[in-house]
This record gives sequence, structure tokens and C-alpha cells, in this order.
Amino acid sequence: MSDDTVSLVLFSGTDDKLQAAAVLAVGAAAMGRKVNVFLQYWALDAFRADRVLKDHGVSPEAGEAGLRAIQAQGKTHWSELFAQAKDLGEVQIQACADSMEMFEITKDDLDPMVDGIWGVASFFMEAEGPVTFI
Amino acid sequence: MRTQGSDAIAQQGETAAGVTRSIDARGMACPGPLMSLIGAIREGQVGDVIEVLSSDEGSKSDIPAWVRKAQHEMIEIVTEDGYARFVIRKTR
Repeated sequence: MSDDTVSLVLFSGTDDKLQAAAVLAVGAAAMGRKVNVFLQYWALDAFRADRVLKDHGVSPEAGEAGLRAIQAQGKTHWSELFAQAKDLGEVQIQACADSMEMFEITKDDLDPMVDGIWGVASFFMEAEGPVTFI
Repeated sequence: MRTQGSDAIAQQGETAAGVTRSIDARGMACPGPLMSLIGAIREGQVGDVIEVLSSDEGSKSDIPAWVRKAQHEMIEIVTEDGYARFVIRKTR
């Protein structure tokens, strides 16, 4: 992949961080950038097929006022934004093999928008340029 | 491309006549209005004129940036009361 690849490591599984990451992914795809998304830990957990649309809460720093502010905005769900990103451009979403093992899950447990399972070395082979961790 | 205030009623009328599709994305959060525009561009024909109404602040920079990147034509941006109206021609 080229230098203009956007590489996002998603660690957090709260809806606010997934939302922010999804906005980055769809914006990058709209502007013609390739996007690599690597799912670890709680972000991977949130991409389980039976959990995608569940309430994943928000970051602790949001507080009650923050939560209300988030809910007040007419937002498209993050899973829909990732789907739009994939539809728009070259966007791949890969699950971290180590996190998969930790949760004892297989590809079938994940939402179909997840393209495959990668080790961390595979991720870095594709991730030329900076990596954003959220 | 011109940027103008909401007092340009006559020019608004002229533009509205040529619009082939109008999208009211007011109230949608970023990047909703841009996504709606991209969808309309993809579905449309070359020469179509698409109007997007957006109250999202991000649209003011995002819609022109995307139009430039995707090489369509930004006909005008009109600031209305509480929202902006973007008029774009699909050129390819």
C-alpha cells in the first residue's frame, strides 16, 4: 500500500470511540485514501455479529452531560459508517489474531464487514506510514 | 464559485431552476450530508445539478474539499439562516 494509506488500530469498544474511528474511515475513503482497520481487544468484541448494534457505552470522560450531547446529535451508527466506507473505497477491516484467541472466537462470530484475521506483522506490512490508535 | 449571503434571492431562484436533485440533510451530523451528496453523485448522470442543504459545520469545508478532490464543479455555496446550501454539478 502507498503512503497515503490511513491505518487505524481500534482498541476501545465504546460507541463514542468507534463512532470517531468510523468517521475518520469514511472521510478518508471519501477523499480517495486507502484505509486499513485493525481490531484489537474491546473494539474486536464490539464487532461480534451479535453485539454490533448493542449499547457499548461511552468513554468514562464523557460523563452524563457528554452522554446527553452524544445522544442529542443525529448520528449514523458506526457500523453503518464503516459499511459506507467499504462501499466508497479501498477499506479493509482485519481482526487481530491474538485478540481472537483471547476471546476464543472464530471469523464466523464476527460481523461480515470484517474481512479477515491478521497477525500484527501482517498489519504492519500493509501499514506504511503513521498508525492511529484509538 | 461564489460565496454569498442569504440576501441574494434572485440568484437563488436562478439556481433552483437548474437543480435536478435536492437533498435536505439539515440536522444530519458529520459526515452525513457529504455521504448523501456522494450517494446522489454516484446515482446521477453527468451534467446533473445537485443541491444539498446542511446545517453541519463540517460540511462547509468538507463538501468543497470532496467536490474538488472528486473533480466535480462547485457552482455555489449560499449561507442561509442556520444552514448552508451547496450546489454541485456532476462533471464526470
